[in-house]
Amino acid sequence: MRNRIATWLQGRGYRGVIIGLPYIWLLLFFFIPFLLVLAISFGTRTPTAPPFGYGGEHPWISFVGYSRLFHDDLYIRAFLVSLSNAATATVLCLLLGYPMSLALTRVSSSWRNILLMLVILPFWTSFLLRVYAWMGLMGKNSWFNALLTDAYNLLTPAAWHLNNIPMMHSNFAVVLVMVYTYLPFMILPLYANLERLDPVLDEAAMDLGSRPFRVFLDVTLPQSVPGIIAGAMLVFIPAAGELVIPTLVGDASSPMIGRVIADEFSSASDWPMAASVAIALLLLMVGPMMLYTHYQSKAEAGDEP
Amino acid sequence: MADPFIRIEGVSKKFGTFQAVQDVSLTVAQGEIFSLLGGSGCGKTTLLRMLAGFEEPTEGRIFIDGQDMAGVPPWQRPVHMMFQSYALFPHMSVEKNVGYGLKHEDMTAAARKARVAEMLELVQLSPFGHRKPHQISGGQRQRVALARALARQPKLLLLDEPLAALDKKLREHTQFELMSIQERTGVTFIVVTHDQEEAMTLSDRIAVMDKGRVKQVGAPTEIYEYPNSRFVAGFIGSITAFPGRVSALAGDMATVQVAAFQAAVQARAVPGLTVGQEVTLAVRPEKLVISQARPEAENVIEGQVKDLAYFGKDSLYRITLPSGDLISVHSVNAGRSAGGRPDWDDKVYLSFAPPAAILLVE
Repeated sequence: MRNRIATWLQGRGYRGVIIGLPYIWLLLFFFIPFLLVLAISFGTRTPTAPPFGYGGEHPWISFVGYSRLFHDDLYIRAFLVSLSNAATATVLCLLLGYPMSLALTRVSSSWRNILLMLVILPFWTSFLLRVYAWMGLMGKNSWFNALLTDAYNLLTPAAWHLNNIPMMHSNFAVVLVMVYTYLPFMILPLYANLERLDPVLDEAAMDLGSRPFRVFLDVTLPQSVPGIIAGAMLVFIPAAGELVIPTLVGDASSPMIGRVIADEFSSASDWPMAASVAIALLLLMVGPMMLYTHYQSKAEAGDEP
Repeated sequence: MADPFIRIEGVSKKFGTFQAVQDVSLTVAQGEIFSLLGGSGCGKTTLLRMLAGFEEPTEGRIFIDGQDMAGVPPWQRPVHMMFQSYALFPHMSVEKNVGYGLKHEDMTAAARKARVAEMLELVQLSPFGHRKPHQISGGQRQRVALARALARQPKLLLLDEPLAALDKKLREHTQFELMSIQERTGVTFIVVTHDQEEAMTLSDRIAVMDKGRVKQVGAPTEIYEYPNSRFVAGFIGSITAFPGRVSALAGDMATVQVAAFQAAVQARAVPGLTVGQEVTLAVRPEKLVISQARPEAENVIEGQVKDLAYFGKDSLYRITLPSGDLISVHSVNAGRSAGGRPDWDDKVYLSFAPPAAILLVE
């Protein structure tokens, strides 16, 4: 018996397990729950527990959830707010993260390790704590707000003066905290991409008559597109479905989609509606995800000499 | 010609405390193929990078076509470089790579296209214009790099180990192609190489470098036949060298007592030699004549065959001298029969003409 297990482990079976494990994981923790959510989204709301069922007014399946998605502008607005906040945060992360990633590749290796450490360092503190810290900073009575208010008052005519800047409970606050939170997800893949580029190519472009900025546009930027796509996806996808940040610092009157899903599940206890919103969000994300996979495989193919 | 095309004047380069290039002065004529030859870390690449503008000399000045290059950035120099790794832009097609430098030239799109086509024609890559660099072979990539560097008609082309990445067969072919392209375009070439054979066949003149200094500059034959130092003699080709002492001087002939030979030999004197001076006597393996009967010649040494390697057209012998030292002899197998050729442990006589021996003071 032991012998047979040993042979099996050395043979094809072992390989099967290695390859199979991630699939089993995905099946158990992604595909089956996804099917459950999909099934719930076609149910109807009932006062039972769990609060959904089939049959009754709509025999077998109901499209009530999906139809409300297009008719109730709460949902359409939530989607638009989510997408615009996530897109703004992604663009800002890119604008901040690109020069930082590029700088990481240009400093000496001892500095690089320190700086990379600093990029990852915020992860060592609780995410909630960091959001609360921002809430403190943005609050009306904080020194940070007072500093910004003073700067604003200094630069504007007296008629425009403010006692404080209303930062909290706005999309501005949501985007600010999301940029802060997701910046490392932009920097790390971008850095990994830029670091692989051959600096001799920059020299070659310079040698052929290009000034440094031109070298960046012609050589560095086009070669970093896979890194930009990877970073943008890593920021955009979780940002669009973000729940905690908009709940804590966002504008409650125009919620983001994550908040809508949470509310439907809990306070409204309308599971089919919540599931419909979740499925719609998933479909919205699959598009960018496929784009990401496409560029990823293209980048890998490009690596071959 | 009043002013040499390229003048390097007392150039030094320090990286921190490391002296990469030390007080190098060189001139290169227009249309010349000039090689910087030396082992790794001898400063040849640093010198090349200073010509391209990637490094500024710590001391000294560089003139290209009469223009002082101090403070001129790489993108403004009339110099293009062919990089050792070729440095082709992986995201651009062969055509775009070749045409890249032309973007900065004031020319119409049609003229640019024609120029790219002309360059691809020159390196025989016309059918490959649309391919990406990773879709062509190493030899083809090398030619794309050459075409790209030549497209803007530089005054000076720098080639960093142009043949190092190619296999042996391709290298020989490419070497002649490089020479013919240089002839057709008339561009001045400065080649950096660690391969002495490559330098010998390609170049009009060679500068042999060691530890940041130029040891000798001259035509390949000069460097080979008249090396001025033990380093140059040893770096170019193979050579066996023995310490000796000058015992007599007569005209341009010197008598040198060589302990390893246990005999005095005649050699052509070098200027500034004095009686009693310690020198090195060096002989190249192919200048020695090996025979089993004692020849009637001026310089005859006795020895015994220790090793022999038969290559077909020639043989290499390692001969033990009476002193126990070893000397290499290279002999062409003119006759066909194996008989009459020295064999293992045979007693042999080696002889060489006085001008064939090299006396080295440095």
